[in-house]
Amino acid sequence: MMNEKYYDVIVVGGGPAGLAAALSAAENGAEKILILERDNDIGGILNQCVHNGFGLHYFKEALTGPEYAGRFAELVKAHDNIEICCDTMVLNISADRHVSCVSSKNGYQVFRAGAIVLAMGCRERTRGAIAIPGDRPSGVITAGTAQRYVNISGYLPGKKVVILGSGDIGLIMARRLTLEGAKVLACVELAPHCNGLARNIVQCLDDFGIPLYLSHTVTNIVGKDRLEKVCISKVDGYTPIPGTEFEIECDTLLLSVGLIPENELTRNAGVGIDGRTNGAYVYENMETDTAGIFACGNVVHVHDLVDYVTVESMKAGASAAKFALGNKADGNAISISNGNGVNYTVPQRVRLENVDKALEVFFRTNKVRGKSLIKVTSGDKEIITFKREHMAPGEMEKLIIPAKMLAGVTDTIKIEVEDQA
Amino acid sequence: MKNIICTLCPKGCHLSVDLENMTVSGNNCPRGVKYGISELTAPMRTLTSTVKIDGAICRRCPVRSSADVPRESVAEIMKLLDTVQLTAPVSLGDVIFENVLGTGADIIVTRNLKAI
Repeated sequence: MMNEKYYDVIVVGGGPAGLAAALSAAENGAEKILILERDNDIGGILNQCVHNGFGLHYFKEALTGPEYAGRFAELVKAHDNIEICCDTMVLNISADRHVSCVSSKNGYQVFRAGAIVLAMGCRERTRGAIAIPGDRPSGVITAGTAQRYVNISGYLPGKKVVILGSGDIGLIMARRLTLEGAKVLACVELAPHCNGLARNIVQCLDDFGIPLYLSHTVTNIVGKDRLEKVCISKVDGYTPIPGTEFEIECDTLLLSVGLIPENELTRNAGVGIDGRTNGAYVYENMETDTAGIFACGNVVHVHDLVDYVTVESMKAGASAAKFALGNKADGNAISISNGNGVNYTVPQRVRLENVDKALEVFFRTNKVRGKSLIKVTSGDKEIITFKREHMAPGEMEKLIIPAKMLAGVTDTIKIEVEDQA
Repeated sequence: MKNIICTLCPKGCHLSVDLENMTVSGNNCPRGVKYGISELTAPMRTLTSTVKIDGAICRRCPVRSSADVPRESVAEIMKLLDTVQLTAPVSLGDVIFENVLGTGADIIVTRNLKAI
């Protein structure tokens, strides 16, 4: 039998979620903590996000990705009881909290954990996920891959670039590639509105005169060895309109078409996954439906802001430390249901006994809205309402519901959005 | 009269800026006035980029301007950054160019990279 080293808390992933969870576990009494990271450094995707705008909520200043990661790395390294293993790939997690992993330095290892925090983040949707027809030449890559090539490895992925998808990563790469000498010919978006922040439309596209084609998509990819051109069509909803096609000659197509939480380990451990978020179902303390396994950050649901990842992960780390020290959370679980205008909530379930001062709920609305009223109800009882001047699917909403408002609630808690005149 | 979207917060107010009279309308808060005028007369940007580095775990070291620089100076600063070759170790905040092109901003390192 292999000698299984024991840790109070094992954190899978050393990105912003994992670092905040480990830090918080240490601050909440866990004595031995291990971070397992597959890359050669901690910091996760922040290390390649060299642009600024991170930390406005948490640190009250605009930091670049590496700076934000660096601050947490310093805090984590100041704790002697947090061990960090980079270049280490986790292969499996079991429901009884054994973690097996492999690295070239230490070979195959199995650890046992008092509690596990899942912080694996997310990955990008690829060409396969959106099924663009055409040839299969080189030069079709995701925006995040291009970002890594440029900002970490020092390669320019192409000279004439088209970007599909107007999410923030795509917009940021339009600017980055332009500054590094590539010509970005167009940004193409299926939806009738841009998915990125107004700030990024102005500073990443308009500043460089890059045209944005809304309600358009790439309908064909042409190239023998290297990409030669893409065909673009106007769409009606999701359907290309015949006769509207035009071609752009380019050597690179960047895809910025969405992110998927990376939950293979979660599924193998038998943890329940919510089809709306593609992440684990979680309780108010970020515990999954499998006792002692917690999850936080983009592996639970894709966040817009790393600041929110940090706060959520602090909660997960603290809960994991408590669990490892024998304070298991229990009590009756109440579901949080999605009413009108709500696409998903995190958490999906709440055990009111564990709500300390307030219950925090993240959710996304289903469309762009003006003045809105958010209603939280349970049966006939109105718990609380919130007003918003503006709502959008791209902007995650955060509700803070004081514990005293929830006293006596036993039925499903419903969250819904109403438009206000 | 020029129409622009204010980018200071996610609300994205649609501003109408009258440069002759230096007035702004459509803003929901006072910051919009300042933004509208500066964006159309002297737009400022934070520049972030990377430079070459040897002896570290990666081949590029991220850098940024310590303060906003005029938008017109961005291309010139990029040319200057192309000439930089760092050697690890470097630390967050290390100054690569002081008062770059007289903009008043420094170009600083944004990641700790140890020598390997």
